[in-house]
Amino acid sequence: MLDTFIIPLLKIVVLLNAILISVTFMVLMERKVIAWAQSRLGPMRVGPYGVLQAIVDPIKLILKEDITPVKADKMLFSLAPILSLVPALVAFAVVPFGGDELFYVADINVGLLFFLSVTSIGVYGIILAGWASNSKYPLLASLRASAQLISYEIAVTMTLVSLILTAGTLSMVGIVEAQLTDGVWYGFVQPVAFVLVLIGGLAETNRVPFDLPEAETELTGGFHTEYSGMRFSLFFLAEYANIIVISAVTAILFFGGWLRPFPNVEALAFLDLIPGWIWLFSKIFLFLYLFMWIRATLPRYRYDQLMRIGWKLLIPIALANIVVTGIVKVLV
Amino acid sequence: MAEAIAFYTLSILILGLGVAVITTPRTVHSVVFLVLNFLCVAVLYVVLRAEFLAVIQILVYAGGIVVLYLFVVMLVNLKRQPEEHQDPRRLAKIGLGLSGAMLVELAAIVVYSYSREPSSVTAPSPAFPVQGNVEQLGWLLYTDYLIPFEVASVLLLVAMVGAIILARREL
Amino acid sequence: MATQSAPIFDTDELVINMGPQHPSTHGVLRLVLKLDGERVVDCDTVMGYVHRGIEKLSENRDWTQIILLTDRMDYVAAATNNLGYCETVEKLLEVEVPRRARYIRTILAELQRIGSHCLWLGTHAMDIGAMTVLLYAFRERELVLDLFEEYCGARLTYNSMRIGGLPLDIPSGWDRKVREFCDVMEGKLPEYEELLTNNRIWLERTRGVGVISARDAIGLGLCGPPLRGSGVYRDVRKDEPYAAYDEFDFEIPLGTRGDTYDRYLIRLEEFRQSIRIIRQALDGLPEGPIMGKVPRLLKPKAGETYHAIESPKGELGYFIVSDGRATNPYRFRVRPPSFCNLQGLKPLIVGHLVADVVCLIGTIDIVLGEVDR
Repeated sequence: MLDTFIIPLLKIVVLLNAILISVTFMVLMERKVIAWAQSRLGPMRVGPYGVLQAIVDPIKLILKEDITPVKADKMLFSLAPILSLVPALVAFAVVPFGGDELFYVADINVGLLFFLSVTSIGVYGIILAGWASNSKYPLLASLRASAQLISYEIAVTMTLVSLILTAGTLSMVGIVEAQLTDGVWYGFVQPVAFVLVLIGGLAETNRVPFDLPEAETELTGGFHTEYSGMRFSLFFLAEYANIIVISAVTAILFFGGWLRPFPNVEALAFLDLIPGWIWLFSKIFLFLYLFMWIRATLPRYRYDQLMRIGWKLLIPIALANIVVTGIVKVLV
Repeated sequence: MAEAIAFYTLSILILGLGVAVITTPRTVHSVVFLVLNFLCVAVLYVVLRAEFLAVIQILVYAGGIVVLYLFVVMLVNLKRQPEEHQDPRRLAKIGLGLSGAMLVELAAIVVYSYSREPSSVTAPSPAFPVQGNVEQLGWLLYTDYLIPFEVASVLLLVAMVGAIILARREL
Repeated sequence: MATQSAPIFDTDELVINMGPQHPSTHGVLRLVLKLDGERVVDCDTVMGYVHRGIEKLSENRDWTQIILLTDRMDYVAAATNNLGYCETVEKLLEVEVPRRARYIRTILAELQRIGSHCLWLGTHAMDIGAMTVLLYAFRERELVLDLFEEYCGARLTYNSMRIGGLPLDIPSGWDRKVREFCDVMEGKLPEYEELLTNNRIWLERTRGVGVISARDAIGLGLCGPPLRGSGVYRDVRKDEPYAAYDEFDFEIPLGTRGDTYDRYLIRLEEFRQSIRIIRQALDGLPEGPIMGKVPRLLKPKAGETYHAIESPKGELGYFIVSDGRATNPYRFRVRPPSFCNLQGLKPLIVGHLVADVVCLIGTIDIVLGEVDR
């Protein structure tokens, strides 16, 4: 009873709270990082250096009036934010924050596929939000979203096949352990795959330069134009939770998860004094920073260019990568 | 016991959602029910210890194909009433025939499986040189079922080429 | 699509209203777009939301009061508006403007060009999604505004010129600050270029987008950077020099392809040329009075005149008729560059995607205050 129900439940409770809190602070971090990139200060008013902004923002969103447009499809309008947040949170179930059983909710033998399939459900939130709003800009946005997410999902999934070939397992814990056995982070074995997954991750989380479904300056906020208050903040939470989960998975797959740098070099064994989860968190943090940095730097792609990159560039490269990996695997 | 409860609950859900798919007047709603239906089927696979199949079910059907359904349904103007001359029941006879054939087929399968030797039903599964759900599936696909697997891939290729040709003609 | 066979489904064109409340129509422009998917098949430009009747209003104000109204047309480039109007009336009055005043006017006009281009660059990049450039460009625009504030006390609507000269001489030390600003600006331009010029995404978004041939550009009556982007050599500063432009050495950048990227490069080069002009003007700044001999009561002889200057947006012309009796114009008409360039928007937009629409509104650089007047 204790092992099968209570402990997993406790883990889930802790994890969910940790995610939601880190999302609020991530919003603050994003505002600060972008502000520094733009020679501004960012939020400075609430608390010292604006750190309490992370608490004030959610309160503001909760207190705001929740408006449902008269002509919206009420059921789907309410369902969409939930559909977008839940998969983002469920995906954390298979993310191991350490090698010990204490640090993950579940280690299933198809962990990586589970992650992919759960995140692929998240697109419904965006599509249905756009459609249920019964408004023109959101509809355009949700058409963009569905096309974009499907094409990039294919690219990412195909890229991950080559990683699975290298690791020989689909379990997230197994992949990290394989990196320990091989003595190298897979980011160095599969640099092409790493770049592809990063690009695909940007596209799947609707981040700049692929933020077409939101496209503030074109579609006035895109799929969430008609949303306000708590429902809007659910989309917000979903977006940031997705970014965190993508960063975490990238760190686990390509940067050794909780392993220290050069896991096979004995001379660096003193690095093990730092616990594994701190290593993983700092890696996640780096990726989060990268996402924000990119947002502050790059313009936005156009819809047709985005599709062209996905289908004509990323997918062929991913296929070629699989073939090369297979050949190397057979020869070595 | 627990498995039985899970199975029957899921079955009721799946059937109920299936009925909802075909009875809901709004097409987008029925697509949403379809997604939920697929998710329940995936859970059923998990109960049957076929995790890989469950995940693929979600990834391919719920996450991929139904998104395309939704894409099409959203684009098409469905508020319009069916035209007068299009009798909604005009295909009823074909439908009846097809579902009758389906029923007969199902019955045949049931009869066949019960009439066979009980030992063949619980035949020992072939010895796998590998462990794990995915590995066993892969092993089977590339040994016993290699030819059907390859045929299926060729079939998909043909379908893909066909789709591209159709799309290009329209453009 | 429907050329060979009838489509299976009814295809409806989606009509969307872009604006008047939209983050990237640069004011209250309204575009009624007919979309086929994401492609624009038709576009209807609706304007007039900030029409204040400035032209009619001017016919009931005396000559000096009108300067203040011209501020409100292109409100991001008030100094050039002042300049154009004052020179037109001076032409009508046949007043000689002292050389020092003409030099300072040139400096103000070129500072204004830099300020206005900063705003254009920032918003244009923002529309395409590069938000950092906006903050960088506004940082430099702030310096321009500070200089204007020190010169005339205002930051947006300057009212900085008078008929016959200038209301104020430059404050002491102002010329040094302008020089410093020129150095700073020259140092910041590579920052913009680093973010945009060779950025692959920027290139893909702007190159080959909104191409307009020289012939079409002339036919549509475009002016300013959109015209020069298509390779037409036309700049009022060179063709019909005013203020003190005939005394300075500068170049007019021209485009070759006539696309959005060319227009972007042209405006960036205009930053540099403006800096060059300002430096020359500061070097050769003559001593002397800043007001010409202007009668107390302004009552031009009966007649009409048209005078144009090169505002940051293009050819800004004033047509004024005086009946010789009243102390106000009989007829006052402005040829606003934004309005004329806006006529080119529809041919540019049709056939492009929705995402390009905002990019093209940005590239023609309109200010709705000037379009509607």
